Amino acid sequence: MRPIIAFIKKEFHHLLRDRQTLLILLGMPIVQIIIFGFALTNEVKNSRIAVMDLSKDVYSRSLLDQVEASRYFDIEREVNSYSELESAFRKGKIRMALVIPVNFEKDLEHQHRAAIQVIADASDPNVASTLTNYASAIVRDFQSGITDNKILPLTIQTELRMMYNPQLKGAYNFVPGVMAMVLMLVCTLMTAITVVREKERGTMEILLVSPMRPYTIMLAKAIPSLVLSIVNVASILLLSVFVLDVPVNGSLPLLLMESVLFTLTCLAFGLLISASTDSQQTAMFISLTGMFLPTLMLSGFMFPIENMPFPLQMVSNIVPAKWYYQVVKNVMIKGVGLEEVWKETLILGGMMVLLMALAIKKFKIRLA
Amino acid sequence: MRKLKFLLQKEFRQIFRNRSILRIIFVMPVIQLLVLPLAADYEVRDIHVAVVDHDHSAWSQKLVNKIDASGYFQVLQYGNSFERAMAQIENDRADLILEIPAGFEKTVIKEDKASLFMAVNAINGVKANLGAAYLQQIIRDFNGERRAEWIVYPRFDPEKIITVTSSNWYNPNMNYKFFMVPGILVILVTMVGSFLAAMNIVKEKEIGTIEQINVTPIKKYQFILGKLIPFWVLGMLVLSIGLLIARLAYHIQPAGGLLPVFVFSAIYLLAILGLGLLVSTFTSSQQQAILLSFFLMMIFILLGGLYTSIESMPEWARWLTKFNPVSYFIEVMRLVVLKGSGLKDIGPHLLIMSVFAVVLNSWAVISYRKRH
Amino acid sequence: MQEGNVIEVEDLTKRFGDFTAVDKISFAVKQGEIFGFLGANGAGKTTAMRMLIGLSKPSSGEAKVAGFDVYRENEQIKNNIGYMSQKFSLYEDLTVKENIRFYAGIYGKSDQFIKEKTSIILKQLHMEEQANNLVVSLPLGWKQKLAFSVAVFHEPRIVFLDEPTGGVDPVTRREFWQMIYKAADKGITVFVTTHYMDEAEYCHRVSIMVDGRIEALDNPAALKKRFNARNMEEVFLKLARGAKRAE
Repeated sequence: MRPIIAFIKKEFHHLLRDRQTLLILLGMPIVQIIIFGFALTNEVKNSRIAVMDLSKDVYSRSLLDQVEASRYFDIEREVNSYSELESAFRKGKIRMALVIPVNFEKDLEHQHRAAIQVIADASDPNVASTLTNYASAIVRDFQSGITDNKILPLTIQTELRMMYNPQLKGAYNFVPGVMAMVLMLVCTLMTAITVVREKERGTMEILLVSPMRPYTIMLAKAIPSLVLSIVNVASILLLSVFVLDVPVNGSLPLLLMESVLFTLTCLAFGLLISASTDSQQTAMFISLTGMFLPTLMLSGFMFPIENMPFPLQMVSNIVPAKWYYQVVKNVMIKGVGLEEVWKETLILGGMMVLLMALAIKKFKIRLA
Repeated sequence: MRKLKFLLQKEFRQIFRNRSILRIIFVMPVIQLLVLPLAADYEVRDIHVAVVDHDHSAWSQKLVNKIDASGYFQVLQYGNSFERAMAQIENDRADLILEIPAGFEKTVIKEDKASLFMAVNAINGVKANLGAAYLQQIIRDFNGERRAEWIVYPRFDPEKIITVTSSNWYNPNMNYKFFMVPGILVILVTMVGSFLAAMNIVKEKEIGTIEQINVTPIKKYQFILGKLIPFWVLGMLVLSIGLLIARLAYHIQPAGGLLPVFVFSAIYLLAILGLGLLVSTFTSSQQQAILLSFFLMMIFILLGGLYTSIESMPEWARWLTKFNPVSYFIEVMRLVVLKGSGLKDIGPHLLIMSVFAVVLNSWAVISYRKRH
Repeated sequence: MQEGNVIEVEDLTKRFGDFTAVDKISFAVKQGEIFGFLGANGAGKTTAMRMLIGLSKPSSGEAKVAGFDVYRENEQIKNNIGYMSQKFSLYEDLTVKENIRFYAGIYGKSDQFIKEKTSIILKQLHMEEQANNLVVSLPLGWKQKLAFSVAVFHEPRIVFLDEPTGGVDPVTRREFWQMIYKAADKGITVFVTTHYMDEAEYCHRVSIMVDGRIEALDNPAALKKRFNARNMEEVFLKLARGAKRAE
């Protein structure tokens, strides 16, 4: 037991002595959570628009006042021609334009009919649809305003409730995602690089000729990353609860247990990488393409998995972060218990055991 | 100048001898541009609805059929238990619940007014927003149809009605790939440029060759230029490969021509490489350089306007994005590729990026110290 | 600067916070001399050398190398010196020829010069066949000899060698010192740090540093006489016994 403890101590010394790295590792999740938690929102608001009011009458003025008053739009400029409009789009000044035709008020008074044109910059299709919806809703409000709120016969209304995340905060999506990313970064990348660095410097050989068994060496390499990860999970959770108001609705011990499980999976992967390469740059490249990109792309955190083509959906199943992300989202935000996430937990556990076994095997082969 | 020639010769030799760098340069664009756009599809469709129908009337049947036929929705479950529908939401099967109250049809006809209840899983805000809006639109259409069946309007419509016609410019088919591919290209060029540059000087620090360079009469700016130029060439190469893939695989070609794309990228790369070199001069090991670059890249990319729109961010974050080179590049790519903006339109962007390039590189030259 | 001196050092000091790594050292080195700079690990010899070659800024004191001031003219110094560090300093992913060409090029040598001298050097090193092999594939002794050749390739006035023979077998060490003598014969001043005491015997003069100070400076014969020692090893042990800094 004593040699292991001495070894683990040595690893902690490495970690603690390199203040710069430690600062990055501990500060990174904090900065990320704060920036993403506050800055990233799926709500679309304050969009800059242009209006082309060809009518300039009482109705068009009051409609534009309503548009301006809404939090979704900022009227950036008024234009008088389509060419001006196009130039504004081309310079990236506006997201949408509202065109009010000539004789808007007159047509509405006499024919009871008028049409408004909404032109959206569809280079971002979802924002374009959302803005068109908002604009239509404002026009409907305006319409019921000028018809004295008379309810049309046979009206079906809808009551809408946004569950779990009524303010559509981006944080609800991003906190679980950032947790997965940070743990992966710390465990996979860090572990892979620290081991490979010892190989580059030649100190690994000294360790290997010592009477310690290979798995002991791996264990000692893994423990500091594990501790660091737990600290990171704790700081992320504290920040999200106390600063971002993202609650932990489910059981905290369950959440922590799942995090440790995911951390171990990432560690195993990091060790596997380190056992199969000799240079830091290659280790980084493998971690980047093997872990970072798949996590970003296929975990469901950035892009909805159900939209992906079938082969990619299949591939996403072997990305550990996908399962962890689902567990965190469900436990933290929906507040479900182990009975709802046992499947994901089992899959993660299976991956962990498999990766660990592979890593140890690979390690032994290189010794022989 | 002669000295620079030797520096460049050396850097290029090292790059072309390094298999992992070559892999990054040639494999990354292919993987990212061929796979990522398939994965990065934000288009909201196939929204799964669980319908709780307490009415079981002709109207409720018609409404459900209409929803199912709309193309946006897939009616996952149809029943009369709200609990069961809720369970579907909890295990992520359903995105949305529509509850039709008992006596719905009768109430509308008798009292001219009734409510439907909709509950949306709003963890994913985009989907929640659009899903709710689409469903409300379908309900409004349904409402209009029922009205037309029941009421014979007079020839002269007594109510004032404003219709909204909408057009989607620049991407009329709402093709999500047109949105994502230019953005992915930006990320690609950024990652290749900054990671390679950041790892480079620090690697010479680790293996000790930097000392040998520092005792030579080489000037600081010569050394930095010797590092900058090779990676600049590589970055432009990656960009060209990327544009070629975008054209062959997705038929995307810049509406504003290739010139503005290349001019802006040329300056942008200088800025991003300058940043990488700066990271390199500040760190002492490759590990630190990698972590710091990861950290910066994650912030730059997530706050770059690709995943969520910059306008919706709070004031301070919008202010922060003014210092984010990635956000300028993403905007310029969209302007040029989709909207056909020319050099004149992106003038301000070019100017700002030049300032970035000058500041970051001068900073890198200044903070690279030959003597401690 | 006195006639014939290429290095003059007066009260040169380097402090890192509270720690004084080099404490007011003074000495001079003559043109064409092989000057041995001895000391235990941590005695401050590498730090002192780094100040002379412009890698580290002195805290106080005066020093001139090749007639240039180490504070203000450190870049001019670099045109006149060569350096071989204890860390191996060639690019392993470049070939033998490419390394030579690169370092010669950044000292501003002409293509003609580089070409001619490269073939001479490869011949001297008996490495013609390895000329296009990557440096990573060479044995350590060969690498060290190559690194020395690269350090004097541009014909500097002074060459600084920081523990050049670390980890090399005795035969190669002997060959290495033959190369050093050859360079000195051509008028290149050699400033060498080492902790192999037998190597100290090869130097014209040696200085011995203990705890950041120069405790002795003379030719090996005089030192042995003064300390009543049979060899330099004993001289060194007698001086180093008083050292406070542990390794």
